[in-house]
Amino acid sequence: MTLYLLCMVLFCIGLYGVLRKRNIVKIIIGIAIMSYSVNLFLVLLGYRFHGRAPIDAHDQTITNMVDPIPQAIVMTSIVVGLAMMALLIAISIRIYEKYGTFDITKIKKLKG
Amino acid sequence: MKLINIIPLLIIVPLAAAFLNSLFGRIIKRLGGALALVSVVISCGFAVYARIALEAVPDKILVYKIGGWVPPFGICMVFDGLSSLMLVVINLAAFFIMIYSLNYMEKYTDKTKFYTLFSLMVCGLNGVALAGDLFNLFVFLEIASIASYALVAFGTEAEELEAALKYAIMGAVASSFILIGIAFLYGFTSTLNMADMAIVLSQKHNIWVVSFVSVLFIAGLGLKAAMIPFHAWLPDAHSSAPAPVSAMLSGVLIKTLGVYSLFRILFNIIGASDNYLGMLMFLGAVSIVVAGVLSLSQMNFKRLLAYSSISQIGYIVLGISLATPLGIFGGLFHLFNHSIFKPLLFLNAGAIDYAGGGTDLDQAKGAGRFMPVTAKTNLIASLSISGIPPFNGFFSKLIIIIACAQKAHFGYALCAVIGSIFTLCALMKMRKFIFTEDAETERKRAFKEVPFGMAFAMVCLAFLCLSAGLILIPELRVFISDAADVLLNGTGYGDIVMRASLK
Amino acid sequence: MAQLKPGMSIIVQSISRLTAGMILVFGMHIILHGHLSPGGGFAGGVIIALAFVNLLIAFGAKTGISRVSENLASNLETVGAMMFLTVALLGFLGGTFFLNILSKGEAFSLFSAGTIPLSNISIGLKVGVGLFAIFLALVILEKARK
Repeated sequence: MTLYLLCMVLFCIGLYGVLRKRNIVKIIIGIAIMSYSVNLFLVLLGYRFHGRAPIDAHDQTITNMVDPIPQAIVMTSIVVGLAMMALLIAISIRIYEKYGTFDITKIKKLKG
Repeated sequence: MKLINIIPLLIIVPLAAAFLNSLFGRIIKRLGGALALVSVVISCGFAVYARIALEAVPDKILVYKIGGWVPPFGICMVFDGLSSLMLVVINLAAFFIMIYSLNYMEKYTDKTKFYTLFSLMVCGLNGVALAGDLFNLFVFLEIASIASYALVAFGTEAEELEAALKYAIMGAVASSFILIGIAFLYGFTSTLNMADMAIVLSQKHNIWVVSFVSVLFIAGLGLKAAMIPFHAWLPDAHSSAPAPVSAMLSGVLIKTLGVYSLFRILFNIIGASDNYLGMLMFLGAVSIVVAGVLSLSQMNFKRLLAYSSISQIGYIVLGISLATPLGIFGGLFHLFNHSIFKPLLFLNAGAIDYAGGGTDLDQAKGAGRFMPVTAKTNLIASLSISGIPPFNGFFSKLIIIIACAQKAHFGYALCAVIGSIFTLCALMKMRKFIFTEDAETERKRAFKEVPFGMAFAMVCLAFLCLSAGLILIPELRVFISDAADVLLNGTGYGDIVMRASLK
Repeated sequence: MAQLKPGMSIIVQSISRLTAGMILVFGMHIILHGHLSPGGGFAGGVIIALAFVNLLIAFGAKTGISRVSENLASNLETVGAMMFLTVALLGFLGGTFFLNILSKGEAFSLFSAGTIPLSNISIGLKVGVGLFAIFLALVILEKARK
């Protein structure tokens, strides 16, 4: 139970980074921490007591394996997070070219 | 070809068009637009044909099993009344916007990437509408969202990049919330199939997981749907994007990714209680009034249209969360209507921009005198969105107000009427500046009518605005009442899908 | 910003040249054994991409881009995606979308499990070249800014 709560604490740390930091790069790192914590939570959901890795071979039985579905979900989620990070970093590099700063309090052309 | 084989083609055809575009688009110059147009025509034809053919199917539901695996062991695609309504909405809007963008994107470089991203977005939207598995829904939602972040930043001006950054960061946070909600639901029910999850959840009697997950989904999917208080990204993103992208985002994306996903999960899987539906009604009513007020003071007419989008989403959310047959019918009918006249309004704004008027109300003064097609279609769309009879907006807003009054929520009905008045004022302000004042003389020479492709798309959408009120006659009413029946069934969705998947 | 010397020192360049082949072979092993042991398309693809990124960092951007240009990377990535879509469409020959139509073979051997190794290879190609193309795009953006 405490492991799940610690994953939620990690999620809140990432959320704090997105909400309170002024540098765009730190905000992007906050988003990355949030997605890592969700992946960790998903993998921990699959654990069974005295389970072993869900790999089948000639001499293994398929009882007492951990759950393989969250592992497939996490694979997909990591790829999606990778695409999101690449897009965010490319946009923020272009913003640095146009505005000359990474500070979000100074990137304020659109108002109202 | 049999109806059941058409269902995966709705996802494959735009995906194949996107990949072929990105491979051959640089070699053959005109290929990009032609390939994307052909794929959108094919998927639009399939969607309309499948909707008409669905009437003959018993139980009005089709389940396509991918790879032949029977759910809950395999992934399935579900084509029922609600999915078919969303598919017709998505593909019809994409068809007209694609015709428009063949002419509009001449002013941008690197058109191949635009058509690739547009086809990927259409593929993602079709996948969300057809998903029968919760994680499949999430993956297609991400495909459509990431394609839209890249499309908003397409022109790479300073304002577009800033708007795209805000939209992307807020969208990433919302996606994390949605994924945590899915993780909790999986941990509690140990299945990812939506139908199986509905059956399992209706048998267990635990309370706290369902409440926690409802709040997470309202936050995450509410941000994708741009309800108040999650609306802050929408005015920037929809006003800085190129006009076809704004039309697609405002007309289709916020409704499919936000409203459809939220109500599919809340009604059919979790079986929402009255507390959460009451909260959604309140948020919808607040959206109508606050966004209506905010749209009155804008001097940039695309921003004005973006705020009125938030207001109309409030109508849809208010209508559907009433959970009565009339209310859900009104909400879904307003969803269909809004995806006809809001793209038309944004395409008009794009036409004024294309003719050299810029996006400020002061700069575009008097542009409409020289552009008759744009002026007449704008008149039709403005009257529709304000709810003037006999255009289609009148009927859907009337049904929502009557449904509110039937459930004795007179405050919300009053909010809906006030919002309609605000919308009328805002659109009349836009028309006064652009279409009835006189232009300055040195700009008069630049304004001329738009090319044929853009005019054709606008006229077709205006014609649909005029005739969509005919959906209320009893033969055509099944188009929307089938979708309303699916939502009213609630968690009975699980049994129906499981029975249909055994055939 | 100070003018960067092309690439890194001679020690790093020789070691990169020696180990790039081994990293590629390791990546291909993980892709091909995707149905027998953990890994599969995505993990193997990332390892293949890292081999190329290693060479790019060691030898400097100009040499790297002249060997694998961004057009080639983008086209190869789309070829990988089209291969995956073709493998999925082959299922239509048997009835439904994405059906596994090749013979399943005997369990736990390398040439078994139907179309799953083909999907793994396509995904490995796409992810590997795609990740390298993202890296190339950011490098070219940085060079154009100076």
